[in-house]
Amino acid sequence: MGLTDILIKFGLIVIIFLISLVIAMYSTYAERKVAAFMQDRVGPDRAGPWGILQPLADGGKMFLKEEIIPTNANGFLFIAGPSLAILVSCIGTAVIPWGQQLVIGGHVIDLQVADVNVGVLYIFGVVSLGVYGIMIGGWASNNKYSLLGAIRAASQNISYEIAMGLSIIALLMTTGTLSLRHIAEQQSGFWHGHWFTWNVFSQPLGFLIFLICAFAETNRSPFDLPECETELVGGYHTEYSSMKLGFYLFSEYINMFVSGAVMATLYFGGYNFPLMHHIHSPNLVAILGVVVLFAKIFFFIFFFMWVRWTIPRFRYDQLMDLGWKVLIPLSIANIVITGVWITYFK
Amino acid sequence: MEPLSNRRKVIEAKPLNFMERIYLPAILKGLAITIKHFFRKPVTIRYPEEKREYSENFRGQHSLKRDEHGRERCTACGLCALSCPAEAITMISAERQKGEEHLYREEKYAAVYEINMLRCIFCGLCEEACPKEAIYLDGPHVPSDYLRKDFIYGKDKLVEAPLNQ
Repeated sequence: MGLTDILIKFGLIVIIFLISLVIAMYSTYAERKVAAFMQDRVGPDRAGPWGILQPLADGGKMFLKEEIIPTNANGFLFIAGPSLAILVSCIGTAVIPWGQQLVIGGHVIDLQVADVNVGVLYIFGVVSLGVYGIMIGGWASNNKYSLLGAIRAASQNISYEIAMGLSIIALLMTTGTLSLRHIAEQQSGFWHGHWFTWNVFSQPLGFLIFLICAFAETNRSPFDLPECETELVGGYHTEYSSMKLGFYLFSEYINMFVSGAVMATLYFGGYNFPLMHHIHSPNLVAILGVVVLFAKIFFFIFFFMWVRWTIPRFRYDQLMDLGWKVLIPLSIANIVITGVWITYFK
Repeated sequence: MEPLSNRRKVIEAKPLNFMERIYLPAILKGLAITIKHFFRKPVTIRYPEEKREYSENFRGQHSLKRDEHGRERCTACGLCALSCPAEAITMISAERQKGEEHLYREEKYAAVYEINMLRCIFCGLCEEACPKEAIYLDGPHVPSDYLRKDFIYGKDKLVEAPLNQ
């Protein structure tokens, strides 16, 4: 691996990091705009044209706010919580294949930071680490609302991770690989022979389960119990102020971005798009692929928001019921159906 | 009990049937409703730049009128204060001196005329009571302020600007 390769990788990492931060920033703006439009309002429109500078103003506000650490809080863990939350949500993007290989001046550029052959497991591990940021922050605050929020987050994430993992197992049975790059390549094009190539068409039930679990994993409405204002003040980040609060809010939006990317890659063909085999310039296909992947991710982010402003929050017992009594049996049934299908029809 | 209207509807708490229990049809219906609103025109009026059209007979801040020669019409008869249900109006009358004919139309005028805007309910009875067509509630909204005493509007704020200005 030469110096150029290392530089290219480094550049790619920086670009992806910046992109995910900018997307998280503008997700806050998009969230407010989407909420406003769905409620027949206009939303933020004062900072810059159409309020486009609103995220910068919010960020500046966050940085300049007074930083409060409660007297009886555990100082180290109080700071470690949000740091862990944002770190974990940022490293999730490392294994996502953003596009096909670019060839520029003889250099082959992989649009993927690391082609880990257990990419799905890596994502899974990183996602389950995310709960530690919330748990540590909630515990270190020394506040009962924070603790309750954190406990809810932990139990919710654990419950839904099982269903999520089981729904992925059914997917992996059909793909036969754990590498996200290979999974994306298998879904090349849109139509092959007599059926769609995208996994969502062979695993519709699995996708539905995965989608529901993704809502729960990112603590988004209707599963936003860890931070439900009406019962728990602010939930796990009640005691947080300034940029530490900003990190928690940011990590939620980065999580949305990552889970959108994972859903697009696993189920919606990743960077593949219909009629891609008719374009003969490989670089053009790669660049279009990146654009298409981001369009899919943006659609998922929009969908997260769309659902948030439609559905009321679940009650805690309903949440547990749905996770353990509905989604887990359903995903096990999905595995069985997939197994039968593979044995007899493939 | 005898129902008061025919709109009464008996609602029973029925257990959810299967289609309701899987939530998805209801969720899809909800998503359809919100996306419909997403493309609807916002009802917001962006206030400082846009203002809501007021009705023709909107009653805002009072103004004390002048006649066609620019003289104050008010003759301090006190009928407005008498008609005021909120007792917001008070005045002190004075006699017109020689040489003040260009200022006041009648021989008697209001030296002090005060309306307490915190008491006023903008009912418009003062303008109905006025025999001289001297007071009308044709102004804008009364703006907010910090101190109670600043809501007592005197002649400096109420009287119309002179004609020749």
